[in-house]
Amino acid sequence: MASITGSVEIRVRKPRRTVIAGVLVVGWVAAWFVLRGIDTLAIGGQETTALHRWLTAHRDFLGNGNAFFDAIRIAVEHLVILLQNVLSQPAYGRPVPVVGWLGVVAIAAYLAWAFGNWKVALLAAAGLTFVGLQGLWQESMDTLSLTIAAVALSLLVGIPLGIWAGLSNRAFKVATLILDLMQTLPTFVYLAPLTLFFAIGPAAATIATLIYAAPPVVRLTAHAIRSVPAESVEAARSLGSTGGQTLFKVLLPMSRSTVVVGINQTIMAALSMVTVAALIDAPGLGQTVLKALQTLDVGVAFNAGLAIVVIAIVLDRVTTAAGDRPWRTASVRRRVLLGVGGVAVLVAVWFSRTYLWAAEFPTDVGVGSRIAVTASDVTTWVQDVFGGFTYGVRDAVTEGLLNPLEGLLTESPWWLVTVVIVALAAVLGSWRGAVPAAVCLGLLVATGVWHDSMVTLASTLLATVVVVAVGIVLGVWTGRNQRADSWLRPVLDAGQTMPPFVYLVPFLALFGTSRFTAIAAAVVFAVPVTTKIVADGIRAVPVATVEAANSVGSSSWQVISKVQLPVARRAITLAVNQGLIYVLSMVVVGGLVGAGALGYDVAAGFAQSELYGKGLAAGLAIVLLGVMLDRITQAAARRTRKFS
Amino acid sequence: MTAQLEYPDPQASDALLSIQDLWKVFGPKADRVPRRPDLARLDRKDLYQKTGCTAAVRDLSFDVAPGEVFVVMGLSGSGKSTLVRCLTRLIEPTAGSIYFEGEDLRAADEKRLRTLRRSKFSMVFQHFGLLPHRKVIDNVSYGLEVRGESKPDRRRRAQEVIDLVGLAGNEQLYPEQLSGGMQQRVGLARALANDPDVLLFDEPFSALDPLIRREMQTEVARLHREVGKTMVFITHDLSEALKLGDRILLMRDGAAVQLGTGDELVGAPADDYVREFVRDVPRADILTLRWIVRQPRPDEQLDGPELGPDVLVREATRLVLESDRPVKVVAEGQLLGVIDDEAILAVVADPDPSAPRPQDG
Repeated sequence: MASITGSVEIRVRKPRRTVIAGVLVVGWVAAWFVLRGIDTLAIGGQETTALHRWLTAHRDFLGNGNAFFDAIRIAVEHLVILLQNVLSQPAYGRPVPVVGWLGVVAIAAYLAWAFGNWKVALLAAAGLTFVGLQGLWQESMDTLSLTIAAVALSLLVGIPLGIWAGLSNRAFKVATLILDLMQTLPTFVYLAPLTLFFAIGPAAATIATLIYAAPPVVRLTAHAIRSVPAESVEAARSLGSTGGQTLFKVLLPMSRSTVVVGINQTIMAALSMVTVAALIDAPGLGQTVLKALQTLDVGVAFNAGLAIVVIAIVLDRVTTAAGDRPWRTASVRRRVLLGVGGVAVLVAVWFSRTYLWAAEFPTDVGVGSRIAVTASDVTTWVQDVFGGFTYGVRDAVTEGLLNPLEGLLTESPWWLVTVVIVALAAVLGSWRGAVPAAVCLGLLVATGVWHDSMVTLASTLLATVVVVAVGIVLGVWTGRNQRADSWLRPVLDAGQTMPPFVYLVPFLALFGTSRFTAIAAAVVFAVPVTTKIVADGIRAVPVATVEAANSVGSSSWQVISKVQLPVARRAITLAVNQGLIYVLSMVVVGGLVGAGALGYDVAAGFAQSELYGKGLAAGLAIVLLGVMLDRITQAAARRTRKFS
Repeated sequence: MTAQLEYPDPQASDALLSIQDLWKVFGPKADRVPRRPDLARLDRKDLYQKTGCTAAVRDLSFDVAPGEVFVVMGLSGSGKSTLVRCLTRLIEPTAGSIYFEGEDLRAADEKRLRTLRRSKFSMVFQHFGLLPHRKVIDNVSYGLEVRGESKPDRRRRAQEVIDLVGLAGNEQLYPEQLSGGMQQRVGLARALANDPDVLLFDEPFSALDPLIRREMQTEVARLHREVGKTMVFITHDLSEALKLGDRILLMRDGAAVQLGTGDELVGAPADDYVREFVRDVPRADILTLRWIVRQPRPDEQLDGPELGPDVLVREATRLVLESDRPVKVVAEGQLLGVIDDEAILAVVADPDPSAPRPQDG
């Protein structure tokens, strides 16, 4: 009886929500014909509002002279400079860093072997040698220095916090709340406000990276501590362990492999953020990519992007191998080998300090320039051969979909857009969606970059539609098919570890500088996470439920559409949510390649001091868009029925 | 359901461990439950509805004598695991008192409690609670390590107990390389390593398969003979309780239902719940002649064979059935009564326990 009324309720309610939403959109389009061009709040590229000028005027208010932030900045700067002296920059009166390339390669391979295995040691040596051959040794070492500094600080802060959140329920609740919030903010938006406090440069880059990279290790440490079997802890207590003994002899050793997974994620996040931080003048590979993107030099951008990918792969594989290593104490043979290896490393370091060939990476190889030239050639060829096609696709999508959507959003009066979005949020997520939407839209108007925000929103929405469509198809496929999963998952994993910059390079080659390029890059950036969430949701559908559907003779399509997708509905809403956030951050980064709007405003704010305030306001607008989209989708997820 | 319980005198000075009026209540404002008689009276469901609390241990009192194997038995959810954790305050009791060698454990501070746990109590866990990152020998010596003994000392002592529990040769292995039974031997060795006065067992063998379980029970019985420790043994397995326990406390919904020796539980169940519990027990293996003896009828010949009152029915069966006269049960030269074929067969062959009563003073 209950189930019958339940299904009737759904059948009545579901069309009603769609119908209301449809009526709203149709009404909006009708109103647009009448009202377009009124109250659009458009401002020109160099135009600023009073708020922007006030922000520009007060940029030094917090940063300079504030002893607290200065102390942090100086301490972090010293750490970064120390690492750069060791790895990348000429230091201590010598024309070369303290450790030359041979020493670095030897140390990296040795650590990879000691913590992982000999395979990843070979990979580390080969990978580092390769980036050297690319002619990017110094840039790579700068990136590595910043990454190491940020990771060290992240772990210093993150692991104790994670332990605390693992031991105390209250701390766990607070931490989850804050980490959830931090992860919904696009990476890009940390940068603008941080420069306010820590000025432009490596220190701000490191701190931004710290904020972005610490959450995974906090989360996973807390999770690991909480999943240590209660009996082991009780056993330790029953034998009279003190709190410290329980922590260091039981909880931490038993959490080890999960914490290492957290460290892995932190390292990958740090690497990706360190490259993005080139926008605030962080040295390294990101800088090379950024400059090449700005001059549309696809070849150089590709070469540097490849170096980032290689470093990402090395770091990922080494830390993964370290996590997989069983907790046995080393055998005598291994200990002897480790000792011999250690001596060999010292010899290599000594060489790298004594002979120039071992200190400075030989520059006459020219692999990098060959890669760059080849990439440029390929790009030219692709543009020649497929240019008609890719540019045709680009123009068709831009003309047919993007421009109408953007026109609707940007040319409508701001109050009309606000009313429609709040109403849509109310339909999808009741007051939980409507209230944050109203607040965020109100603040967006106040930032003075309403018009640019609407441009960004249009690109984001379009890309999200594509991401969700592709993500659901791939997710259902991998969720239902074990073989597809084992093929696709490594690709998706790799996709997620890549820094967002890297995605822009191939699409720049295919589509030139345009909004569409950013959208395409965003789609590729966001599809992996969406696919994974959908696949996990499909796989979480109880086997018995699927078997029951099959046993009454459902076709595959019926099983998917009537059983698996409805039951996995919450996972799909989550996938939409994550897809939106990923797309938003990529669309913003796409501002660098002609997507314009908020991303461009932020970048311009870094570059031109008189636009600083506007850039900051644009950064804030990105946060507001992110929070609004997140809240609406979360509220919509809350309203969908729970199946469990 | 008012079971007639005969508690030993809580003040009895020879008890090693004395529990009085112990309560453990989980839930909001738990400490009001033992204090207010109107709440303390409620059964599980009503208590939960009224207060949101669950009483895992309810007003328990008992003594454990030195050297005794004291078994706490009950179905899952009866509060027995909570009870054993309350004994060393791994779980903080809500009310009541715990005396160990005359010392009030509830008044002990954290430091004193640690000292006691390091030297006087040890516990063996259902799922072993081993540390997967330590070798067998380091698991066993963990307790010695946390109390600060030197490495040679703890190696030597760990090796002793490893030999004692039959783990010799496995010292350098990791727990995951051992079978379940062997893992629990590690747990046992770890508990024995600090040379405690009291060993607490929390359903130590219920995660093992039946053959290994029987082997481990025999092992514990042997250890008890050899090292003579006091043991508090939690189990849901009646045959295990009867095999190991000097006395058995049967719990239900946190409260005590009956406390007595194995043959008291089988021979004189306090209520229907206990009767149901012990129904499938092979009574001939548990009951002694004391439980089935009857007064001789005037016409009976009293020149049959003699047996003591503490002989098991199973052991007496052949003699009674072969004798053509009733067998006399004699204690210290005094005739307690007689047993005939019918009385024996009632125990051996009749599955329905018609609750025979003991006939002696």
